[in-house]
Amino acid sequence: MQTQNTNTTHNPNSVAKYIIVLIITLGIFATVFFVSDSLTNRKLAELNTIQNNIATDLLSAEAQYALLGELDCSQVTTTVLSDQINELSKKIDYLENSSGKSEELTQLKKQYSLLEIKDYLLMKAITKRCGQKSVFILYFYTTSENCSECVKQGYVLTDLRTKYPALRVYSFDYGLNLGAIETLIKIYNIEDTKLPALVSDGRVYTGFHSVGDIEKLIPKLKDTLKVVPEEKKVAE
Amino acid sequence: MEPILNVIFYMFTFCAVYVQIFFLFTFLERRKEIVTRLDDRPDRVYPAVTIIVPCWNEESTIDGTVQSLLNLDYPKDKIEIYLVDDGSTDTTWQVMQKYNNTPGVQVFRKENGGKHTAMNLGIEKATTEYIGCLDADSYVTPSALKRMIPYFDNPEVMAVSPSIIVDQPKRHIEWAQKIEYQLSVYIKKMLGLMNGIHVTPGPFSIYRIAVFKNLGLYRLAHKTEDMEIAYRMHSHGYRIEQCHDAVVNTKTPPTIYKLYKQRVRWIYGFINNTIDYRKLLFRRKYGAFALFTVPAGIVSVFAAAYLFVFMMYSWAKILIHKIVQIQAVGVSSATIPVHPSFDWFYVSTHSLVFISVILYGFVFLSLLIGTKMATGKFRPSFAMVWYVIIYSIIAPIWIITALYRTAIGREVAWR
Repeated sequence: MQTQNTNTTHNPNSVAKYIIVLIITLGIFATVFFVSDSLTNRKLAELNTIQNNIATDLLSAEAQYALLGELDCSQVTTTVLSDQINELSKKIDYLENSSGKSEELTQLKKQYSLLEIKDYLLMKAITKRCGQKSVFILYFYTTSENCSECVKQGYVLTDLRTKYPALRVYSFDYGLNLGAIETLIKIYNIEDTKLPALVSDGRVYTGFHSVGDIEKLIPKLKDTLKVVPEEKKVAE
Repeated sequence: MEPILNVIFYMFTFCAVYVQIFFLFTFLERRKEIVTRLDDRPDRVYPAVTIIVPCWNEESTIDGTVQSLLNLDYPKDKIEIYLVDDGSTDTTWQVMQKYNNTPGVQVFRKENGGKHTAMNLGIEKATTEYIGCLDADSYVTPSALKRMIPYFDNPEVMAVSPSIIVDQPKRHIEWAQKIEYQLSVYIKKMLGLMNGIHVTPGPFSIYRIAVFKNLGLYRLAHKTEDMEIAYRMHSHGYRIEQCHDAVVNTKTPPTIYKLYKQRVRWIYGFINNTIDYRKLLFRRKYGAFALFTVPAGIVSVFAAAYLFVFMMYSWAKILIHKIVQIQAVGVSSATIPVHPSFDWFYVSTHSLVFISVILYGFVFLSLLIGTKMATGKFRPSFAMVWYVIIYSIIAPIWIITALYRTAIGREVAWR
């Protein structure tokens, strides 16, 4: 037979126990914060790697462009770069929404914006030279205020990008405090009270625009879906 | 706004994790004392005990309750059973009549005055050293009393409560309660080891009669007289023990609405008894009851209410985003997943997520320990998942209702 000693020898209310449990709990929370932080840093490092790859690819494309006088337009590879930029954009958005803003993320965003501008300039030049059917949209938005129209516009542009693979959207955070973005803002005279704003072929469209609106404003978009003719050879 | 909400979330989850670790720590520290006794002592002299069964419209269950008492493995000459009909409007009184001539059973009838008045009638008539109660929808197992009485060998122990298990669950809501009651077997035992039990429930709590002689009879106590008596006992330094291996089966509310009504009453009782006995809080002389049980209860009431609002806020945000997306690009485009292929990058690594996972992990561990203590098997079941889901959704509603009723000073109904 087992007996039970109800006259306990333990001090059930010893302060030590309360403190030990407190230390364990603090330890668990500290570990959680550390692990969470480390994983977020890994994500940032991944973004950095993607960014570096894009920078390298962009340099390569620039070099290709410089060599265009001697090369065939078909050898200019830009679709991979476009996918990479889209992926980077999605991941930056995700991290910004899930983990909030941080110094590192802002820095990454600035570098990303610069890469976008470089890509935009290069792609415009290649398109002109090679006669490719590409449409460019510069999209200005803000995260500093509660811009619900910007959120909606973001969804529209994502949807359009899926619908029209030849569409290249370059999005810029109005409040990022980056010289190059400031220059774009000045060139197109974008006002912070009229966000979101879209720029295509030098024309500025402020406020929210639906998929249908944009298709009407930029009729070239639909042309991009037509069968692409064989690219002209630069040598010709 | 969001950082503040997150900080409050961290504070509440910190308290919740602290409480879970505290129980686990106590369990590991005292596990050798938590044994299921297989035998009783043949040489032991068992004292006389009066069991009061207060009844109000219990015609369908009273028979089983009395039979379970008659089947107790306890010297028949040492047990008195008082059946008290508290002005039932059904046939409870007629059903009771068949026990009129049963040795050791006395039947009483009074005008309806509430459960505490029925209990008090029995207490006033009792002559034994020990007195117990048994709700008329509960069935005691034969060994329960013999396992509980030895706790009174410690002269400091003034009351002992048994483990309460759900009797024959059928519906989903009853299965969820079964898991909850199994969890309570573990939690109550840990509180008992710390002398922090805050309620001596109606199903078969046993008291020394000195409790009522010294402290007075049961009170209405916001319709939670079993909680108030425990508070009153702690306020006088009395010890309450938990006998984990004495088992009582009880009927539980069979519908969500009835469960909701019962729990609003319980939480309302907890809040208001705590307010009535607020002077005890955080005073070391009242031990774990004042330092741990009641503060943890208060935090859990506010935490559950807050976390519910927090979850609703988060879900509302997701919903609004989805609506905005549908407005922007239409239903078909909005419902295509944004990240169709798996990429670990999109797995959330936010500390809120980790903390929630850890908290739920501790809850599941507690459920497993409770199941082991109640059934002898350390086995997860689907009902545990069901319990966590259903209680996460509906428990905050009865907590918020009880808080609201307290705020506006509106009493709760019995049923």
